[in-house]
Amino acid sequence: MAHAATHDHDDHHGAPKGFFQRWVMSTNHKDIGTLYLIFSLTMFFIGGAFAMVIRAELFKPGMQLVQPYFFNEMTTMHALVMIFGAIMPAFVGLANWMVPLMVGAPDMALPRMNNLSFWILPFAFFMLLSTLFMPGGGPAGGWTMYPPLSLQGESVAYVIFAIHLMGISSIMGAINIIATILNMRAPGMDLLKMPVFVWSWLITAFLLIAVMPVLAGAVTMLLTDKYFHTNFFNAAGGGDPVLFQHIFWFFGHPEVYIMILPAFGIISEIIPTFARKPIFGYRAMVFAIASIAFLSFIVWAHHMFAVGLPMGAEIFFMYATMLIAVPTGVKVFNWVSTMWGGSMTFETPMLFSIAFVILFTIGGFSGLMLALAPADFQYHDTYFVVAHFHYVLVTGAAFSIMAAAYYWIPKWSGHMYSETWGKIHFWSSVISVNVLFFPQHFLGLAGMPRRIPDYNVAFANFNMISSIGGFWFGASQLIFLGVIIHCVFFSKKKAADRSWEGAKGLEWTVPSPAPFHTFDVPPVIHDDELAHGNTDH
Amino acid sequence: MGHQQQDVYFVPSKSYWPIVAAISMFVTVYGAAHWLNSQPGDSSAFGKPMFWLGFAMILGMFFGWFRSVIRESLAGSYNGQVDRSFRMGMMWFIFSEVMFFGAFFGALFYARIFSVPWLGGEGHGVLTHQFVWQGYEASWGANGGGGPQKIGGSFQTIAAWGLPLLNTLILLSSGVTITIAHHALKAGHRKALLIGLGATVLLGCCFLWFQAHEYAEAYEHFNLTLGSGVYGATFFMLTGFHGMHVTLGTIMLAIIWIRCAKGHFTKDDHFGFEAVAWYWHFVDVVWLALFLFVYVL
Repeated sequence: MAHAATHDHDDHHGAPKGFFQRWVMSTNHKDIGTLYLIFSLTMFFIGGAFAMVIRAELFKPGMQLVQPYFFNEMTTMHALVMIFGAIMPAFVGLANWMVPLMVGAPDMALPRMNNLSFWILPFAFFMLLSTLFMPGGGPAGGWTMYPPLSLQGESVAYVIFAIHLMGISSIMGAINIIATILNMRAPGMDLLKMPVFVWSWLITAFLLIAVMPVLAGAVTMLLTDKYFHTNFFNAAGGGDPVLFQHIFWFFGHPEVYIMILPAFGIISEIIPTFARKPIFGYRAMVFAIASIAFLSFIVWAHHMFAVGLPMGAEIFFMYATMLIAVPTGVKVFNWVSTMWGGSMTFETPMLFSIAFVILFTIGGFSGLMLALAPADFQYHDTYFVVAHFHYVLVTGAAFSIMAAAYYWIPKWSGHMYSETWGKIHFWSSVISVNVLFFPQHFLGLAGMPRRIPDYNVAFANFNMISSIGGFWFGASQLIFLGVIIHCVFFSKKKAADRSWEGAKGLEWTVPSPAPFHTFDVPPVIHDDELAHGNTDH
Repeated sequence: MGHQQQDVYFVPSKSYWPIVAAISMFVTVYGAAHWLNSQPGDSSAFGKPMFWLGFAMILGMFFGWFRSVIRESLAGSYNGQVDRSFRMGMMWFIFSEVMFFGAFFGALFYARIFSVPWLGGEGHGVLTHQFVWQGYEASWGANGGGGPQKIGGSFQTIAAWGLPLLNTLILLSSGVTITIAHHALKAGHRKALLIGLGATVLLGCCFLWFQAHEYAEAYEHFNLTLGSGVYGATFFMLTGFHGMHVTLGTIMLAIIWIRCAKGHFTKDDHFGFEAVAWYWHFVDVVWLALFLFVYVL
């Protein structure tokens, strides 16, 4: 038997020489993962710039800086860029980098398709962002694209095709991740020994394949309604605008979990490392993720309580939604129990993870409030909703990505980041994000509607506080950028193979930085190397 | 899915096809978006040529990418693990296609069960009916009286027991012929393989021919168009996307026929054939659902 992987042609040793060959023609999961992460960070700042425009306009009541239509473009684009450009590609990039390392695979199962999944994205986002410079402007009907509002203007076709491209990219990425996890695990890496991050991505990938085509169908119907005279969403022809909302949210709710399940996985890797204890209730964690994924398919209409649903539907979706609190409660309980009695240290990844557990739980509680159909009539389309989903997406998903970046950057770059500046970034972010979003709960309960550039003077103080928090949070992320650049290019401090004292798992058995090719032959797996090797089964 | 041990891993070499594919897709959709927004007679409109250029690029990309994969496969580069990855890829791709059709079937059921009866005043739609579409008679397969009739004009529907029934029989037979071909391939009967697969291609072409004929009938004689209310929208979008999939499937079958004729496949190693067969069965099953819910019921 040969003892090197059968790489075609000249791929035996190290990275290819030319820039184009290495980065554009790549079949290497680490390089493609890096591309995803850089792309995601770029989009994070572009989407963040849009958010700064929104908060600047809302700094004071009255029309201050921008035209209302431009404000609407900003709210729409901020959401599309952050969801499809920042959060999702960041998680896919992390999966690209870490899943093959964690399961002992040489690469992703389908490496060329992996490269295509990435390279679709820059074109899709060029197309999406280019609409801002077109005559008539970009999309301004909100990221949910409810018709008939979203059907105005020429940008519709560009936005829809951009979403088609993103969907194709996501589906191919998800297929690749499933094939990698199911087919490429090293012998001995049983399903119930896999890291929780790998489990979370297996389930997330299933969600992606199940719902991205549904979004494609929904926006295709928008396209034909606008350009080909169909009447899917036109009551004059027997259709119904509410139909779009049903199809959209059948995609949209699982999409919400696509953006949080990998975060659960990341947190479940980091907390055991810095608590120096195995995760509490490994199997319960896996089954909780699976239950949340299942429930995500039967709760979609809780986004539509105020649209005029029949009473039976309101009640069903209310109770189904509240059911999600059970598996989510299991997860939060297990994270806390993992920390209980552990010998904890508080490096930056751990700080972000603890902040995640606390602040995501706050977002979960406001979610429970929103799940109550009768109360939701009051909260619907107010800043309470904005506060809720920013707590789960910023202090949830985005914080977990930052935690993951700090946790694994020694493995990626071979250097340690500056712990001092990492902590400064953390404390600055965690304080400012609460200054930014916590007052929005009060604004929402008092009735301030979302997506409106002006507001009643009664809301002035909280909006000013929120805007100050917003600028502060935005500026804090420049520290993050600085820490990353310093770590990758300038840091003198070499990272050990096992960069963190309590870290377990295959990824810590390879050198730092991880060599261009890892695991040419399937590694021999010792159960005591694994985070979950000693579960009885 | 048993986990079988692999002695060595295989990682394919770097390739320029992914970036060619990404650029081709971008050129196609950007051109399409520009074309959709262009006014007739606008001489500066570059959308249409850009779209067709992108489309040609996509065809070239498929040709080139598959050619390199076929060459690697024939050269024996792929091991059992790669084969399993390909199988999983195809399975999950077909699952994503099922969900895509699911969106349109969902729209069909919603319109039939909820929105059309509500417009007619049933259940909690009583006020909608009263204030918005007074006089609208809810019935499926007709625009109804009152307001909605103004959209698309009155139309007739396609009878299920004519061409659609014939097409059902054609697709079901094609499912049989491709299975005969598969058995012949596994038994090493080359001639039966080529005849069975060839028959499947011809049946696919027949289906498409009749489907085109049905569309012409619908537009010319029945006034059933894309604009014929939500009935026309669901009818043409469901059957249209299915027809596009049959077209793609037929092209794939034809290519597999050429590969069979060239002797690319062996008894044990013919994933290309199987992937296309799975795809063909998938469009077959979608048709059965279409026949039942769009034509018969």
